[in-house]
Amino acid sequence: MDKRLKRILPKVQKPSRYTGGEYNQIIKDKDSVDLRVAFCFPDTYEIGMSNLGMSILYQTMNSLDFVWCERAFAPWGDMYEEMKKEDIPLYALESGDELKKFDVLAFSIGYEMAYTTVLDMLDMSGIPLRSEDRKDLLPIVFAGGSACVNAEPMTPFIDIFLIGEGEEMDNDVLRLLRRAKQEGWSKDRFLEEAAKIQGVYVPSLYDVEYNEDGTVRSYTPRSGVPARVLKRIVEDLDASPYPVNPIVPSTEVVHDRVSLELFRGCVRGCRFCQAGYIYRPIRSKKPDTLIRQGIEAIQNTGHEEISLLSLSTSDYRPLSGLCDGLLEYCESRSVGLALPSLRADNFSVEIMEKIQKVRKSGLTFAVEGGSQRLRDAINKNVTEEDVLNTCALAFSGGWNTVKLYYMLGLPTETDEDIVGIAEMSEKILHCWRVNAKNKNRGVRITVSTSCFIPKPHSPFQWEAQISQEEYLRRVNLLRSSIKAKNVVYNWHDAETSVIEAALSRGDRRMADVIEEVFHNGGRLDAWTDYFRYDRWNRAFEKCGLDRDFYASRERQVTEILPWDVIDVGVRKSLLIREKERAYRSELSPDCRKSCSACGAAALLKGAKCDE
Amino acid sequence: MNKLRMLFSKNGRAVYISHLDLMHTMQRAISRAGFSLKYSEGYNPHPQISIALPLSVGMSSCCEIMDLRLNEDISPDVFKQRLNDALPEGIHVEEVYTAEEKCSGIKWLRVKGIYEYDSRDAAMVLPQLISFFERENIVVQKKTKRGVTDADIRPMIREISFAFAEKGLIEMEAVISATEPTLNPELITAALRVLNPDIAPGFAAYERIGIYRQDMTVFR
Repeated sequence: MDKRLKRILPKVQKPSRYTGGEYNQIIKDKDSVDLRVAFCFPDTYEIGMSNLGMSILYQTMNSLDFVWCERAFAPWGDMYEEMKKEDIPLYALESGDELKKFDVLAFSIGYEMAYTTVLDMLDMSGIPLRSEDRKDLLPIVFAGGSACVNAEPMTPFIDIFLIGEGEEMDNDVLRLLRRAKQEGWSKDRFLEEAAKIQGVYVPSLYDVEYNEDGTVRSYTPRSGVPARVLKRIVEDLDASPYPVNPIVPSTEVVHDRVSLELFRGCVRGCRFCQAGYIYRPIRSKKPDTLIRQGIEAIQNTGHEEISLLSLSTSDYRPLSGLCDGLLEYCESRSVGLALPSLRADNFSVEIMEKIQKVRKSGLTFAVEGGSQRLRDAINKNVTEEDVLNTCALAFSGGWNTVKLYYMLGLPTETDEDIVGIAEMSEKILHCWRVNAKNKNRGVRITVSTSCFIPKPHSPFQWEAQISQEEYLRRVNLLRSSIKAKNVVYNWHDAETSVIEAALSRGDRRMADVIEEVFHNGGRLDAWTDYFRYDRWNRAFEKCGLDRDFYASRERQVTEILPWDVIDVGVRKSLLIREKERAYRSELSPDCRKSCSACGAAALLKGAKCDE
Repeated sequence: MNKLRMLFSKNGRAVYISHLDLMHTMQRAISRAGFSLKYSEGYNPHPQISIALPLSVGMSSCCEIMDLRLNEDISPDVFKQRLNDALPEGIHVEEVYTAEEKCSGIKWLRVKGIYEYDSRDAAMVLPQLISFFERENIVVQKKTKRGVTDADIRPMIREISFAFAEKGLIEMEAVISATEPTLNPELITAALRVLNPDIAPGFAAYERIGIYRQDMTVFR
């Protein structure tokens, strides 16, 4: 270990997140591999190490014998200061080698507020921020992850985007890069060849023109490059690699547990939800596969909990059998099961009673909208009756905390809808009074609101975000409507939401703003500890970009959108239809009742969607 | 036997694992090794595992003591071998045995320190260091739960010696009070920094090398 590092580490908070050396980390002989990859997660160790995607891709990349993939995270402020003071570059945890020595820096960008941290990690590595300033083939900078479905704001910094699921695509690109390195290709030649791999988006191969009003005029691909990049998927999740030997952090991370992914995609089609569209088509894992992998992972990690992940776990058909199968192993070993993302229905309560024999945690409902009309408009298929019935069952079963999540500022929202949130909380309180077995323990109902952010590739991608002032007016309206003292109301501030809204629908010119914020000290902007609203607003001003043009402008459906260059497999005409239905408060059936022919099924060559 | 005592070392990158995290790390390793810890009875059951003397972050040791109870009877040798295969880098089980003597019998610790001098010649510092510890009182400020108090650390140091190691490096070895009162060796360096900054090292790394009873016999 670096001598300077030895002096710093005892001074910083939680130093073991900066050392590597955890159980199950992968160590290879650096002289016997052809490519060294630094998997860069633009957030803290605790967040990155809780990310299942990172865990999967760490394993798949390391499955190639010519690759050694290591990890790098963004240090917290105290460590960052010390590293700057001592001039220590960012290093990978496994070997401790500085990132500059690596062939590939591969970023996983899951959310827009991580953008400045990507620049920070490049800078801490001593690597030029802009792709055009990196003339040599190596080191080359990759990025993937769900935020890359609109890659445009980060295009000047990233050489190659990998759009969609990385299990197969990443390794295809690494095989090509190995050849390029061995044969001494130029960077340009490699980029041109890489662009032929499905899912690879090389932004420098597209020329963008803008209209006078600031909207996009055209995207022109160079010859041999697809006009739109079709995202990549993995067809058979049962056959796809799953890390049964994940790294076990030696310090506490956000999710200290085994994560099992039940299925990808979602049958619901909530109109505000980007994930519900970009992860299509629906592909499930078999319960037998999951049980086997879950047990193996518990044995290999010593974790005390398994979490079942998906966008809507109640929609996993064999859920009951899966829980039984896992519980058979888990119960006698005091391993707990956790099921986030359950729907509000009676079935969920049955499942929860099954898995929470000992510990009764709270109930959480993502209700999103305060009235049935609004919930129909956003296609959130949950009724007040569902919620109240579920609560009644839960209260009589001994639960006494309920959390309700809503968004303010959804398209078509009125003041009546907002007052409806307060009314629903009152009804839940009444339901508790009627059903609770032991009232002495009291009840706690928590209502949380966040400010709606329209996201690319969702039916609301053309919508305007409400202004910060309007959000606060609605917050105050709700505050004054909630009267019961057992109901606690928390609201997220709108400042981060405004910036996130601008970034998520940004175009290539947004890159200057991100770079300006970074140069003024912006990093770890996903943390309120570090996010500075002023810094972003000043950067917009300095770069001559109008924040509201991106955040709160309603787009025409005919407008060319910066992210149209990315094809997630869903037809735009479906998104337009859904947007129109939203304004008529008209529901669309879920995929199982009636297939909407969204187009994503065409991504499957052998299997069928949701089979 | 289901009640085991284990002597383990903590070195390399593992020295940065905090006491609390080490407890979790050990629990998971024991579970990976295929054993199950016995849980206490009662309203809030917790695994029966304890580490005798928490080690400061950054300090290495070759003599940590951990007591635990398992649900099964297992031979100490099998336990040691399987647990070592399941531990992360830098943590190693040296010995597993059964013991009745309570850990409260620990009184003294032997520590080794490496003092790094960046801008001073260690050979020149050496005699000054030795004479510094000849004084009868070394009063430093000690942070406790109730705030900052003055503490005389000299009586907590039973013996201390210094030796020139190489250019810029001095090796110290000391026997210090482990319990009632507890002396964190970092306080020795802190005392130097406050009372005689000229001879304080730029950096000091400590290692625990022995644990003793009141009568200076080795505790095990």
